Amino acid sequence: MNPQIRRLFFVFAFLFVALIATATYWLWRAPDLEARQGNPALVVRELEVKRGLIYAANGTTVLARNRQRKLEDGRTWYVRRYPRGPLTAHAVGYSTISRSRTGLEQSMNDFLTGSNANLSTIIDTTLDRLQGITREGNNVITTLNMNAQRAAMDGLAGNCGAAVALDPRTGAVLALASSPSFHPNLVEENFGAIERITAPCEPAAPLLDRATAGRFVPGSTFKVITAAAALDTGAFTPDSEFDDPGFCTLFGQRVTNFSDQGELNAFGRVTLTEALENSINSVFCNLGKELGAGTVLEYAERFGFYDRPPIELPSNEVLISGLYRNGRPYKPDDPSEVDPGRLAFGQERLIVTPLQMALVVAGVANDGVVMEPRLVQRITAPDGDVVERFGPEEWKTAIKPSTAAELTAMMTLVVESGTGTAAQIPGVSVAGKTGTAETGVAGRNNTWFIAFAPADAPKVAVAVALSDQSGTGGVTAAPIAKEIIEAVLGRNT
Amino acid sequence: MSLRTRELLNLVLVGLLTAAGFASVYIARQDVVSAGSLTYALFFVSLFVVAHILLRVRLPDADPYLLPLGGLLCAIGLTEIYRIDPDLAFRQGLWVVVGVLAFAAVVLFLRDYRKLDNVKYILGISAIGLLVLPALPGIGRTINGATLWVDIGPIVFQPGELAKVLIVIFLAGYLRDNREMLSYGAGGGRLPSPKHLGPLLLIWGGAMLVLFQTRDLGGALLYFAIFLVMLYTATARWSFVAVGMGLFLAGAVALYQVIPHVQDRVQGWLDPWSDPQGDTYQLVQSIYAIASGGVFGSGLGNGVLLTPEGNPYIPFLETDFIFSAIAQELGLAGAAALILLYLLFAFRGFRVAMLADDGFSKLLASGLTAAVAIQAFIIIGGVVGLIPLTGITLPFVSYGGSSIVANFIVLALLLMVSDRVNRGERR
Repeated sequence: MNPQIRRLFFVFAFLFVALIATATYWLWRAPDLEARQGNPALVVRELEVKRGLIYAANGTTVLARNRQRKLEDGRTWYVRRYPRGPLTAHAVGYSTISRSRTGLEQSMNDFLTGSNANLSTIIDTTLDRLQGITREGNNVITTLNMNAQRAAMDGLAGNCGAAVALDPRTGAVLALASSPSFHPNLVEENFGAIERITAPCEPAAPLLDRATAGRFVPGSTFKVITAAAALDTGAFTPDSEFDDPGFCTLFGQRVTNFSDQGELNAFGRVTLTEALENSINSVFCNLGKELGAGTVLEYAERFGFYDRPPIELPSNEVLISGLYRNGRPYKPDDPSEVDPGRLAFGQERLIVTPLQMALVVAGVANDGVVMEPRLVQRITAPDGDVVERFGPEEWKTAIKPSTAAELTAMMTLVVESGTGTAAQIPGVSVAGKTGTAETGVAGRNNTWFIAFAPADAPKVAVAVALSDQSGTGGVTAAPIAKEIIEAVLGRNT
Repeated sequence: MSLRTRELLNLVLVGLLTAAGFASVYIARQDVVSAGSLTYALFFVSLFVVAHILLRVRLPDADPYLLPLGGLLCAIGLTEIYRIDPDLAFRQGLWVVVGVLAFAAVVLFLRDYRKLDNVKYILGISAIGLLVLPALPGIGRTINGATLWVDIGPIVFQPGELAKVLIVIFLAGYLRDNREMLSYGAGGGRLPSPKHLGPLLLIWGGAMLVLFQTRDLGGALLYFAIFLVMLYTATARWSFVAVGMGLFLAGAVALYQVIPHVQDRVQGWLDPWSDPQGDTYQLVQSIYAIASGGVFGSGLGNGVLLTPEGNPYIPFLETDFIFSAIAQELGLAGAAALILLYLLFAFRGFRVAMLADDGFSKLLASGLTAAVAIQAFIIIGGVVGLIPLTGITLPFVSYGGSSIVANFIVLALLLMVSDRVNRGERR
């Protein structure tokens, strides 16, 4: 039997070497495994870092801080707390053990953990680790204006929707609000409570940041882009006249103007200005047909469609706006695939985010230049020294300054005497555009208001979008936009 | 230098390593563990010295490496368990005491292990009896989907561990008697007659049936492999191994269809990241632990094994997944060393078998050695993702009384065979 026993030994030797080889393989894969969510080694290493704080624009309101937790073995862990709770939940995000990170907590993680490192800081932190000194992260000072943020969240309360306010001159994000919201502390403590949140929409999806990733149909707010295309190409002027029969024929089918009563609503002979003021679908439909889908889409692209807005949030939380097909953005090679009439008034499978529409009005407000949206203004070291400052950057040049001026005048009339009168502010001229996108189901409209103010020297650009509405944008969304603008301009009562 | 003196020097070495291990855990976790627990190491070493003295008296010619190897494996396990939970380590220490007592009892009362051959059928049937125990209502207990435990009053134990030893003894005796017939078949035919194969298949088949019934997949795999290995050793017929493997694969496919638990395990093995929060959680966490250890490990007590509440990230860390914990804290170097210890154990065990001059001794020693090696391979292979994961203890290392006691009995039997072999040689 000895030959068999000898062979057996060699079989075992082979099997045991295979075990060692497998363990070695995992070691070789370690760098890739370390980055995976749920790897406790990684999570714990980060828990031992005292993360930097996250502040509002004023530099004093703390949006995310740490709570010390002494472990029984003498180590200290830092657990994240969010004193403002649901108010800034989507922009700030959360950093937890069990569910990883979102929002600025994720995108600014390297700064917050102090690992935005050059060689000397790497050596420092390694020495600190060896000596058991707690590593402290850098602080993030956001651009969020707490008054505007509060006005936005208050206005959205009870609805499903989102609001974004920008400083059109710098791209600074003054408010980034999504409703329903959640308390980030609960993500770790009681996730079930978040799952039980209800809202007048299905699913309530409180964790979804509707401001940057909500899928809305732009409806009539898209007419701003169509009008921009019409004016900027030089093909039309604000005074160009159109004949409105009350409908527009598309592929033999009539598209009628919006009407509360369901009867044909014809305006007769109108100018482009009047058509925008009263949001006349048939005029824009015919305008779109004359411009062609290619031109309209080109202008959408100039305002930032088909490009991910470079806001400092994780890219999976920022949706690209544009035409969608099978859940993905889709840019037709042949513009004739797209119905130019429906495109012109914001239907035709267009999906946009409130952030994108805020960037559109901000571009109009800023003489046609769209600034990069910026949620972080500076990073400071634990001792308060500024580590890095983020200046304004131009993102897109959408239209000529003259076109922007013409559009501003037209949009001012929308608020003065058109569909957006609910956004009027005494002493301030507001330029805006309403939107009511019908989804075909009663009570499921997407309603919008996009605006900027003051019209002559813009300081704030706003987009408010609501889903599952039965009213119009002028009634439901415009008052919220007004509150936000007032909060920014310091006229909050 | 006499064999026993060599053994004592080896044990001193093991003792020093144990002391170093405990000391390093103490330094890393002094907020949790008390200085008094350092005496565990001293206590542990003295236990093995007692076993050594017993060998000096009763088995002076036994192999001088097997006891220190068992001791070192035990020490590694105890140190890691101590690091995970000092209270568990205390209990494991008590089990080692029981193990050494069982070891002593076997050495003292079983004067001639070859007499076991006379009672092999009783042992075979008792093995099945032991395996059935957990399935009995009232005393059986199911943990993690498998019914392997027996709960009588103060003691919970896994009879399967002891049954393993009895089955090996049965197979050794039975195969010795029938190996000629099995090897060449009755009357020159290819197939052994039912008369010779029958009892074998009956006892072995009964064991397998019970194991499948109790969902002890690791145990089933172990018994199957022991059976094939011993059959091959006795007959040198590869065809048996091939047929056995075929049967096993057929059985595995059938089980795969019937038991969802098995499907989860196989799918988790094929793609560990298919459900890292659910079915494959343990495997994925085990891989993370192994990968994060690096070449030299985090050091004892410095690995990320426990949540802030002090619970292990991997359930069954101190039993099935102890290898992952060791790999993280002692690194690839430590893990490879541990695996090589099993290889050394196999080397010494098979050496005893090869030197033995009678069939029963050869089969017994090689069977017992193979059982330890196969068991180590099944569980380490499972936690590193080389083979589908089935829960089974790592011999001498995992926390668990039944496992420790059974392996000490294995050790005692191996040393008895070895002593007899070497004494014959000396004469």
